[in-house]
Amino acid sequence: MNSTDTPAVTMTQAGFVEGMRRTLPILPSITFYSLAFGAAAAQTSMSLLEATLTSFMVFAGAAQLVALELWREHWTLTSLFGIALIVGTVNSRMILMGASLHRWVGGLPPGQLWPMAFFFTDATWIIGERYRAEGGRDAGVVFGSGILLWALWWLVTIPGYLISSLVPDPKKFGLDLVMPIFFVLMIVPVWKGRHDLAPWGIAALVAVAVWWLVPGYAFIVTGALAGALTAAFLPERADA
Amino acid sequence: MPEWSEQWFGLSWGALAAITGMMLATYACRAGGFWLMQHVPLTARVRRGLNALPGSIVVATVVPLALRGGLPAIIGIGCAFIVMARLRNELIALIAGLLAVTLARAAGL
Repeated sequence: MNSTDTPAVTMTQAGFVEGMRRTLPILPSITFYSLAFGAAAAQTSMSLLEATLTSFMVFAGAAQLVALELWREHWTLTSLFGIALIVGTVNSRMILMGASLHRWVGGLPPGQLWPMAFFFTDATWIIGERYRAEGGRDAGVVFGSGILLWALWWLVTIPGYLISSLVPDPKKFGLDLVMPIFFVLMIVPVWKGRHDLAPWGIAALVAVAVWWLVPGYAFIVTGALAGALTAAFLPERADA
Repeated sequence: MPEWSEQWFGLSWGALAAITGMMLATYACRAGGFWLMQHVPLTARVRRGLNALPGSIVVATVVPLALRGGLPAIIGIGCAFIVMARLRNELIALIAGLLAVTLARAAGL
């Protein structure tokens, strides 16, 4: 198993293109999602430039929608810290996704790893995990996927803002469920079977309990951590 | 300045500070996991936890969102799962899932 923990990770142009290719299935949904963000931003005091800059610099769908609810015309130090804190909380799941992906991209030189991290997002994460499970080791896949999603994300915010009255409610078309659906169908082909059932069961139980008790998105981080901790403290298996 | 110009190109210092703060908080999350794992020794225990992490993240995301979304969400996720298992095509499976959610919601489920 040591070879999979310290793989010779590379980053090539071919990987970059492959990452973009693997991202194509989710592009229509992301396009609609970004249109919807632009449209919702137009209903607040955000200017077109501010909305586009938000997509350009923050690049995080769920967090940006939450930020719109906290958006205001006049900012105080408290409200500035408040909005950054809430956005960080919504995005805290990415810490775990990065820790998970680090297993195979961690060996990249800092000059590639830290820029790549800027474009790292949910869809990119699951694409990277799937690619690795299939035996790949070209981090260009992660970088290419992230760049493509980012470019599309901020560009499409502009027409969304301008034609806001024409953009239908994304919920009507299930757009709020794109990520869970994409996650599920991406892990089907690399399903490993039974030995992860205990961690996954604990992850599900804790996530549901936290979702029930705590408002917001804390259920993802707590559930996933509970699953990983369960696996860590289970007795060692022969194949582990 | 005409009003449309302000509506399109206005950028206050407060807004710029808010957007920058959101960017920094988000980048800290994006980079934080990589940074963390460069500082955690990779013992057998940590490795077992990490190997269970991808599946745990998926489960902890999907199960509560499915419950929160109710019947349409469960139908949509189920449809995507079945189509993916049979056709092995991500685009078709995703469309099938979203279509199922759309129809279920339109039907008032």
